[in-house]
Parts: sequence; structure tokens; C-alpha cells
Amino acid sequence: MSKKYWQSFGEHSNSEAFQQSLENEFKEDLPLDGLDGKGLLDSKTPRRDFLKYLGFSTAAAALAASCEMPVKKVIPYVNKPEDLIPGVANYYATTYVSGGDAISVVAKVRDGRPIKLEGNELSSITKGGTSARVQAAVLDLYDTARLRHPKQFDGNVFQEVTSFEAFDKMIGEAMSGLAGAPVVLLTATITSPTTKQIISEFLAKNPGSRHVQYDSDSYSGLLLANEASYGKRAIPSYRFDNAKVIVSLGADFLGTWLSPVEFTKQYSTGRRINEKNPEMSKHYQFESLLSPTGANADNRYTHRPSETGAVALALLAELGGNVTAPALDEKTKAGVKKAAKDLLANKGKALVVCGSNNVNIQLVVNAINEAVGANGTTINWAAPAQIRQGIDSDFTSLIADLDAGKVGALLIYGVNPAYDYYDADKFKSALKKAKTTISFNDRLDETTELCKYVIPAPHFLESWGDAEIKTGYYSFIQPTIAPLFKTRAFEDSLLKWSGSTSTHEDYFKQYWITKLGGVEAYEKALQDGVVEPASSSVSGGSYNAGKLAEAAAAISATKKGGAFELMLYQKVSMGVGRQANNPWLLELPDPITKATWDNYVIVSPKVAKDKWGIDLSDRRQADKFEVHPERNVVKVKVGNKELTLPVLVIPGTHNNVIGIAVGFGRQSAKAENTGDYIGKAVVDAGKNAFAFASFNGTTIEWSTPDVSFDTTSELYKVAQTQTHNNYEGRTEVVKELTLEDFKKSPEEIIEERDEELKPYGGLKKFKEQGTLYGVYDKPGIHWGMSIDMNTCVGCNACVVACHAENNVPVVGKAEVLRYHDMHWIRIDRYFGTPTGSKLDEPDEVQVVFQPMLCQHCDNAPCENVCPVAATNHSSEGLNQMTYNRCIGTRYCANNCPFKVRRFNWADYTGADSFPDNQKGVVSDVTMMMTDDLTRMVLNPDVTVRSRGVIEKCSFCVQRLQEGKLKAKKENRPLKDMEDVRTACQQACPSDAIVFGNANDKESWISKTREDNEHRVFYALEELHVLPNVNYLAKVRNTEVIEAKEGKKEEAAAEKHA
Amino acid sequence: MHYLRLIARNLFLSILLLTVISAGNSLMAQDGKALFQSNCASCHNPIKVVTGPALKGVTDRVPDSKLLHAWIKNNAAVLATGNKYFTDLYNQYNKTSMNLFPNLSDAEIDAILKYVNSYQAPTAENGGGGATATQTESDNSLLYGILTIILAVIMLTLLQVNSNLRKLSDDKEGIPAAEPIPFYRNKSYITLVILLLFVVGGYYLVQGAIGLGRTKNYQPEQPIFYSHKVHAGINQISCLYCHGGAWESKHAAVPSLNVCMNCHAAINEYSGKEKLYREDGEEVDGTQEIQKLYSYTGYDPKSGKYTQPGKPIQWIKIHNLPDHVFFSHAQHIRAGKVQCQTCHGPIQEMNEVKQFAELSMGWCINCHRTTKVDFPDSTGNNGNKFYSIYEKFHKDIKAGDSITVEKIGGTECQKCHY
Repeated sequence: MSKKYWQSFGEHSNSEAFQQSLENEFKEDLPLDGLDGKGLLDSKTPRRDFLKYLGFSTAAAALAASCEMPVKKVIPYVNKPEDLIPGVANYYATTYVSGGDAISVVAKVRDGRPIKLEGNELSSITKGGTSARVQAAVLDLYDTARLRHPKQFDGNVFQEVTSFEAFDKMIGEAMSGLAGAPVVLLTATITSPTTKQIISEFLAKNPGSRHVQYDSDSYSGLLLANEASYGKRAIPSYRFDNAKVIVSLGADFLGTWLSPVEFTKQYSTGRRINEKNPEMSKHYQFESLLSPTGANADNRYTHRPSETGAVALALLAELGGNVTAPALDEKTKAGVKKAAKDLLANKGKALVVCGSNNVNIQLVVNAINEAVGANGTTINWAAPAQIRQGIDSDFTSLIADLDAGKVGALLIYGVNPAYDYYDADKFKSALKKAKTTISFNDRLDETTELCKYVIPAPHFLESWGDAEIKTGYYSFIQPTIAPLFKTRAFEDSLLKWSGSTSTHEDYFKQYWITKLGGVEAYEKALQDGVVEPASSSVSGGSYNAGKLAEAAAAISATKKGGAFELMLYQKVSMGVGRQANNPWLLELPDPITKATWDNYVIVSPKVAKDKWGIDLSDRRQADKFEVHPERNVVKVKVGNKELTLPVLVIPGTHNNVIGIAVGFGRQSAKAENTGDYIGKAVVDAGKNAFAFASFNGTTIEWSTPDVSFDTTSELYKVAQTQTHNNYEGRTEVVKELTLEDFKKSPEEIIEERDEELKPYGGLKKFKEQGTLYGVYDKPGIHWGMSIDMNTCVGCNACVVACHAENNVPVVGKAEVLRYHDMHWIRIDRYFGTPTGSKLDEPDEVQVVFQPMLCQHCDNAPCENVCPVAATNHSSEGLNQMTYNRCIGTRYCANNCPFKVRRFNWADYTGADSFPDNQKGVVSDVTMMMTDDLTRMVLNPDVTVRSRGVIEKCSFCVQRLQEGKLKAKKENRPLKDMEDVRTACQQACPSDAIVFGNANDKESWISKTREDNEHRVFYALEELHVLPNVNYLAKVRNTEVIEAKEGKKEEAAAEKHA
Repeated sequence: MHYLRLIARNLFLSILLLTVISAGNSLMAQDGKALFQSNCASCHNPIKVVTGPALKGVTDRVPDSKLLHAWIKNNAAVLATGNKYFTDLYNQYNKTSMNLFPNLSDAEIDAILKYVNSYQAPTAENGGGGATATQTESDNSLLYGILTIILAVIMLTLLQVNSNLRKLSDDKEGIPAAEPIPFYRNKSYITLVILLLFVVGGYYLVQGAIGLGRTKNYQPEQPIFYSHKVHAGINQISCLYCHGGAWESKHAAVPSLNVCMNCHAAINEYSGKEKLYREDGEEVDGTQEIQKLYSYTGYDPKSGKYTQPGKPIQWIKIHNLPDHVFFSHAQHIRAGKVQCQTCHGPIQEMNEVKQFAELSMGWCINCHRTTKVDFPDSTGNNGNKFYSIYEKFHKDIKAGDSITVEKIGGTECQKCHY
């Protein structure tokens, strides 16, 4: 009997119904309208008519589209400002301010529009460094959700107030109706001396009034501890550059703690390797979640958040302090011992910082710093930082006063407690009891929408002002554009309401002319952007250990945590959510989790295994888990507060800790208003976790000792840009070695490379012998970039800088989920664990950051496969991309070994000529980015790409061309650094990126490659693509490179076998 | 054997073709007229005294060709030697010093001089040199066209005669002939006509498609009749006085009104000898046009004060490049030392500006292929020191080779598209 294959039982039995279905090819009748059962020609719309219409409309469209050239106008100024040349950018020094943060920047203003922020190199604090948030701040200026005029709440809706005079009149009436009830100014930390003076004048005019500073990321614990230890309620300057040993107890000082840009700059000086004398600082990190700082640490130990005090006490005890520490597990204890040994060996060159907001812990840390001689060496009391001054208890007592109806008017400027206070409901109900509430916030945020009057303050790029970042270190703010909307500075309003006739601008000018002693000095200060003391000295504070014993006792009495503890943290992109409606930041992958657009619960792999049976150490399971974006959703419970969030499994997380990022989940009182009030980008972007913070009686702490979470049946897609987390020991991609190994055998990397290239002629002959293609020389200029993996801390400032410089589009979460993200530079993050690791041990996880961008291969595989030569090579070594030639085959992207080419799957930039026809095709966020207002941020020197073309890093060719032209104009050869710098290089706070003309023997890039010849390597070098980007191998000041040891062992095992 | 001959013939033909093309190239490089236009025309006219003297007959006035070459290349050096003729000339022209042209080779100077000496005043009243040239060209093509048509008619007639004769002879010899087919049904003719139509139609279609979006000779009417001829030609105002952006920026930019008022606060009437005409022949009252400027700026010439708020003039943009092209005036004017006229044509002769060049990519590239880079000489002097880094080419330059912009990457995509 012959075999019979069948698809259905009907086929098998050859039933009648099956026979019939075979005859009818289409199960249903074809949907032909208007046929009425007649033939095609007799129908209402016959084929010929169709063809006629088709022909007519094509011809009409062709005629309409092509035959008439639009008349373009050119409209010159009536009276051109003297210092403005159309097409040439002007640069103005100003200051990025957000909450208490203040960073000196230089704004690039092109034809009247600020389009890019760079760090101000004259500032001795940040020395030209920036962060992702600073880079993204220019987009906030063009935020469509900003309020465009003052508003008044009439009981139902917010009504526009047509003039400032009318508004002032209303406020005057409201104020006079207070009947002596006090006025309270609620602001974030104010660093501006002029604003402070204006505030004090305002307070003097209103007896009984006061000023409360509220920081959503509070440092009250540190402030109060310092008051007890040093007699000053202030935060000293930290000098990471002076420290040989750095111990951080949960302080993410390279990412989000206090002043990360400044600290990264300092930290990188200690991490840069001088090959002739290889030395680097030693960095210990004790923490609960894997922070970017922990990722950079040499030795990392995890503990429960409730044990932070115990770790600090143990460290103090090891250092010889007269304290006894509560019990710790063996590993942590060993780590503490080791750290203490190194600290003692480097007395006076050591620094310990702690991220806790607990006064007692900070008191112990002060004692530790005293014991290691940090006071006066790495801790500088000569110039205390001014960027955080808020005391939590001030705010709680304000709420109590509000609740008791003791506050007449509440003036809110730059803070949003209805969103970011741990007990927001209490604040909201208390706020209702104030007679008058006035908000100066720039949008109808959670707090502002509860206020009666709103008079939006301008963006810092539209304002005058100043900031005293540290005592004696001033940074100035000057407007770079006339206010886009009907906004008025907070200071202007206060002056007006205290009866002054002066404007803020005049006040500011007068203040500084008097202070600096003349108009010339004032103008120079504005031009430079900073005024700093002539010499900086480092001095200590007088230490008082009085409260230490009390603190130690309090810590010892800390309750032990439950099965799981919760830790709140900030992401480098979002912080506390001040720049929440910023698509550049929302789409910025987190350095550790690589997730965008959301916050989530972070758990360790062990928890994942125990709870959901996902064993990530098993390759099959891990692969399966990684390729699907659906993540389990859990309901996190603390007391009576609940939050439902997806789960991400991140190695390096303590097995008894879960973490949630704050700064997400912005939402208006009525959820449907969120898009209009706060911004389209924040809609559905994560959940608000601030409620999980707790008040310990003195300060607000971001950890909870007891948390439970239940798995729900839901799944939620989290958009991650990198899902595979291991470089699988592929040393062709990442090279790392320990400091000890590097000292012992500096040639190790070179030997490794030689070994890899042996089949192709070895390192020396590789260039010529490894290819069939000819070798072309590069006369004149040959651009090259070097990225030092030792100093790169993975802060992501470069990614946002690239967004701003190169008009890189934002695609929205749905597109990121399909891996359609468009970043020209990404920072690959790899975890390294010992071979065969079960991933149960969070302490053994090591992390490598590798910025990956177009390598501008001299023998580029992408160029060979382009059928239309849209990508080809320049004589200067650039892998050029010509958008107008590109027909979108994506062969190049497929043939790129580094996967850095990006395809415009949709019209992300609004290049399409019909407005709104992309609605529904691209996300609302992308639509927002194509708004006329938002498009003002575009760099006019860079083409805005349309749908269907590939794009990728161009080495900022517009900057190269501009730099070359500058040199030509001045009749001189190109000067390194002065003429050309790429956007990523300029943004980098750790100077990890070096760029220049590699043909010039004197250039910085040539010097870098020469001075670091033992560490230079090229990613995937054996492919003979000859990249123009080189990396410098990562050197860790530790005992073992986990990932590499595995590889070595494997190799050894293979040999034996 | 047959193949070999074919190959030989093809080879011969291609060599011939190549020789002709390369000869054409070298001829172009030494095209005196083009060189004159790009280097000298801004200050000199062959038969008119402009900023500098009329140049026709200069070789008679300065018979020493070596001296003349030295003067053209570096007049400052010649003046320094105290040559009487040139010192007098210098004084006669109000000590306006001439630009230095160290880059011009002797052959190029000779080409310029040859052009200058053979220059004939334009015959037509309105046209300049360029117009005359095009006139001659179109005359020629007309001539050739008529000739072609005559020849074609003769050929057709002869063919017809030939076929008639053959028919007659066939009749005579008794060979049965097919019924004669009228020529409009003759398949050969029809094929020929179709082919011809296809080629001609295709040519025009392709030309039309290429020309889409190109606006050569675009000459719109502007809100104010601003004559470049009066300003830049007759009154010799430097282009950069108004278009200062060209020196610093990518945009040359139309000047702001305050620049106009620098002069026009005092000059409130047009008293030039030459009458102004629009392209259609309508006469223009210059004084009236200046009044328009006052109305835009809000200036009251009687009181000499600005009495009204100013409003900008909406000029019509003539030279448009697509958005995906990066073009910098500063690069061309300052680094490349290109004259304005090279791209904008004889702007100093235009009453109403019209687009002179095609502004197409091919047009850009052609110039980049032929323009030489301003390399410093062997002593490291002159030229632009930026190019001193191109060490590889230094030898070639010494050997007398010229390095064009193309050779240092001037035709690569990302020089203009990024």
C-alpha cells in the first residue's frame, strides 16, 4: 500500500465537502463592489475607467509636482546684529541648571537658535565635561509641553492670563487677602547668589515668610552629619583625582551621585594608564544593585541596603576605630578587610564616599575619612559644594504647617513634590489648605496643576542668572535666545511683587558689576562664563567625633531586613525625572540594563531561577530568554503601597535585593491629560516608584528593608537595545587584563594580536598580506579615533551628544522593540563571569563598557556590497554615506561586522512632504520630534534623513570640514584638538575618546597610539577590515579577569584533551 | 584575420578618439578666455579702462615678455625694482595695487595675452563677449542644420531617382517588379522614422528630465530694481562690501538694509549716464527705486532720520542648491580663491541678476576636476599652508605636475553631502 500524506481528516477520507472545497479556490466570493453579477466590462466601474482615472491622476500629479518650481524668498535683516553672520555659529557661555545641579556649558547658537551644548573648559570643576542630561537639555528648550503663557485656575480649567500686569494684579489681590498668614517659597536648592538675595528681599517685605529648599534626591543625611562632624551644614568638595584608593559605599558617583561629571573627570585621571609607569587608582565598591560606578570598580562587593551601616562600621573597626560592627557575611567581611588594608596603606591618598541618606551612616563615614587622612587631602573644605542644601525635615514641617492651615501663600519654583515626594498624597491634600498657590514651573506638572496661579519661568537658555557651584566658584547664565513663550523669570516676579521697579536682568547686572568691580570685569565674566578663585587650595575641616558612638549604636540597632529588600536608584538618563519629557533621554539605553523608555524591577539571576525557573547560566534558556522582549510582571508591595512592573534580570544584583528606578511614571491627576500637561513622551513611560521611599524621622531614605513581590499572569515588553550580555571570551572584541599582568608582561596584548593574525601574516605583515585588495595610501589627512576602555565609564553622554549633533532621530518604544533604534554610537556592555558560573554570586560579576560606532574601516565590507556606491571611502579614511544615492537595500548593514549601520524604517524625521501622514505609522513621540518647534533643535549643517536610507556615524564630517576650512582661512596646517573634535569626544567627561589626523606625527591621536602601543587593539582585527577606530585595552586593578580566566582555562583544557 | 583587422580598426578609432578628447582637454586648460574671466575680469577689460588699464595691445606696450610675465605673477616685486613704466602706471591708477597671481603658469599667461590681443569689441549693442560667442555658435548650428536638411533632401531625391531608374531598367529587361509601395508605407522608411523619433525624442526627454529643478537663466523680477551693473560694474563696489558673509560663512547672504543705507543715506537719486532698462525694455527710474529702499527702511530723506519702523525686503532667491548639498562660499572665495564671476557670470554687467551657471552636480565636479590646489611652493611660501601636509604631492609639484582638487579628494561624496 502506498503512503499517503494528508493535511486534514477531510483530505484523508476524501469527503464530499473536501472535494467541493478543492473546486472553490476562494472560500468566499471576491469582494468586487458594483459588479451586480454582470461581467467586468458592464460593471459600474469597469477596468477601462479605472485605467483612465489612473492615467489621468498620474499625469496630473506629475504635472503638478514637477513643472512648477516654487519661488523661494531670501529675506535679509533690516538691521543685522554686528556679531552675527548668517551661517556661522556663535558660542555663548552659560550654565546648565536643573534642580540644584549646575554645570558650566557653552551653547552653540546657529542663526539665533541654540542647537548644542558643550562643556565649558574654563570651569575648573567640570573642565569641559558634560553628562547625558546636560547634552539633552537643549531639547527641553523646544519642548512642546511647555506652558506658553501665565494661567489661572478658575475652578474648572486653567485660563490664559493675557498680560503680566493682569497677573500681577491678581497676585497683589491674593496676597493682600492673606491677612498676615505667612508666605512660603518652596524651591529646589538655589545656588544663585542673586536669586538668594532677591528671595531674602522678598521675605523681608513679607514678615513671617520663609524659604524652604526641597531636593527630591536629598542629601540631608550628609549635610546633617557634616554639621555634627565638622560644624558646617555643607558638603565638601571631593578630590577623586588625589585618591589612590577609593571606597564607595553605595555612592554612584560616576553616574548620579552629587556631581558625577566633576567626579568622572577626576576619577579618569587616576584610571589613565601611563605605559612607562603603569599605576592606577584602586576602586572598591560596596553596593546592593549594580550601578555604573560599581561596573567600573576593581573590586565589588554586594550587601543588603540595611547592612550599609554595618559595612561602614566594619570598615571603621578594621581601620582601628573604637566601634564594633554587626555581623556580616564572610565575603563582605573579607572585602572590608581588604579595602581597609589598602586604605591604611594609602593614608592621605584615600577617599571613602557613601550614597546613603542616613545621618548615622554618614557620621561613621566621616569618622572613616578622618581615619584614612582624607580630611584636607581628598576632602576639601576650602570650597564646599553648594548644589544640595535641602533638609528633609524642613519640608516635612512645611507639610505639617500647610496641613494645619498655617500657610497663606505657597510659591513653588522648580520642584514637583506631588510627583517625587514619598508621601505625595499627604502633600497634595495639605497643598489644598493653602489660601493661595502659585507655581513657576515650566509646565502643568503634577504639582502645578494643583496650584491656582501659574506663571511659567523661562528655560535656562532663555534666562539671566548665576550659580555658585562651590563657595567662590561662580558660573553665569546668559540668554542664548529670546524667550520663545510668554514666560517671566521667577526672580522678575519676586522683584515685582516685593515692589521693586528693577528687572531681574538689571538687578543681576548691577549685582555683578558691583561685586566684580566694573563693567569690563562683568563682561569678561559673562564671556568666560565662570569666575573662580585665583588659586585653589585644599584644606580640611576641624573634626568632632562627638556623635560617633551614638551613631554606631543606632546602626547596630538597625532592624534586620526581610527576605527581600527594595532599593530605589536613579538612572543616568532620567535622574529624578526633571527632564522626563525628553525623548533623547527616554530612548537612551541604561548603561547597565540597556533598557529604554521604562523602569522595571531589577532582580538577580538567582531570584529569576528560584521564582520563575529561568536559569540564565544555561545557554539554551538564556538565549530563549534574551530574544523575547516579554518580561514577567510582578506586583511589588511595601506596606500598603503597590506597584506593578516588569522584571529585568541583571547579574551583579544582590540576591536579596530588588531595585526600581525613580524618575519614571510621570502622570497628571487625570491620566488622559498627561500627554498635554507633562508631555507626549512620558505617556506610559514606566511607573512612579518614589512612593517606596521612606522617612526615618530625620531624612528620606531610598531603601526599604522589607518588600514582597508576587508574579502576575501578565507579560510586558521591555525595549532593550542589547540583550546578549556576554562577549563569550572573544578577545578579538574586548581585551582586558589585570594591572599586575600588564606590569609583568606588557607585551601580552601585542602577543595576543600577533597570535590572532598569524594565519594572515602576523601583526607586522598583516596589512599587506591579509587581503587581496590593494593598499591605498591616504595623502594629507587620515582621520583616526582612539577609545580608552580604561577611562570610559559608560555614562552615555556621547550618545546624546551624537543625537544633538547629527540629527539622529528618535524612534519610540515600539520601534526599539524591533531593534530599529537609530543611535550612531552605542555603548556595548558586557558582563564577565567565571566559566561555568551559576550566576548565583553577584560579587564575581565584572563589567566592560565598549563604545561602538562606525569603525570607518579602510577596507570596509559595507562598501563592497553597495549596489549603487552610496557608501564608499574617502581619501581621508572616512567611510562615507551618501543618503541621496542610497536605495535602501541594507546589504551594507548586513555586511557590517560591527552592526553600526542604521536604517530609516519609517519617516522618523518628518521629511515627508505631507504633514501628519505619518500619524499612526510612527509613534506619538516621533511625531512630537517632528513638530515645528522641536525641529528647531536640528543642526542645519547635517542632512535630515528620510525614509528608506541607511545612516551611521560620519565622524562628524561637518565638524571636520569646518575645522579644515578654519585652518585654510588662517593659512596654516590643521591643528589638533583646536580645529576638529567629534561631538562624542567633546562631550566625554573622562576624555576617553581621542580623535585627529593620524598622518600627523605630532597629533594627539598619533601620540596616544604611540604612547599606548602595548594596549592598542582593533575590534575584530583578524577580519582585515582595517578600522580607523582603535581601542585601548582595559586594565583592571584587581586579581583576576573573570571572563578571560575562563577562556584561558578553556584553551588549556582543549590543549590537554 | 578578419577579427584582427576589426580589432586593429577599433583600436585605431579609440586611440583617435582619446587623442581628440585629451587634446580638447589641454586646449581647455589653456583657454585664455576662461582664464581671463576667472582671474582678470574683475579689474580689467581688454578694451575699456576699468579698475586697471585696458589690456588690448599690452604686449606692444611692454615688449619684454619676461618682464610682463613677472609683473602679472608678482607685481609688487616688479614695482620694488623701480621699473619706470610700471611705477608710472601704478601712480596713474591711484596706487591701486594689482592682485598677485603666482599660480598662473607662463603658458596660461600667454593664453590670456593672446585672448586679450585678439579681442574684438562686441558687435551687438547690448551683449557682452559671452553673448556674442553664443550668437556665433547658434549661427553655426543653424548653418549645419540647413546643410543637413539640404543633404537629406538630396539624398532622398537621389534614392527615389535610383529606385525609379532601377524600376525602369527592370521593366526594360522584363524582370517582373513588385507593385511599387508608396514611401509612407515602406517599412524601411517607417523604421527609419521611428528610430529617428526615438533617438530625438529620447534625447529631449532625457535632457528634460535632467533639467527638472534646474533653473539656469532664471531671472525673476525683484521687489526693487537693484542693478549690479550700476553698483559693481560702473561704481566698482567690491562684492564683499555687501556680500561680506561670503568671506566668513557658507552663505554669501543678501546684505541687510543697514548696509544699503551706509551709502544711500547720502545717495538719494540716480544720476548715472546710463539709462536703466528692464529685460523687457521698460525704462526704470533709478531714483524711484532708491525711494523704495527708503520706504522699506522707514527713512525720511528730507529730515535725514528714520521715521518709520523698518521692514525687510523679500527678495526672490535665484541661486538655489538642494538642501542635501553643503556649499560654502568661504571655502571657494577664501580658500579656493575663486572669483565670484566664475559661478555667477558677468554679474557686474547685469542690471537684473540671472542665474548664469547650471548649478548642477556635473558642473560642480567639472570645476573640481580642473581647478588646481593652491599648494605652497617648494620654499613653503605662497599658496595655502594648509596643504603643506600633503607631502606625497610635493614631489609631483616640483616635477611640474599640477595637482587638481580632485586628487586631494575634492570629488568625494562627503565633501558636499553630509
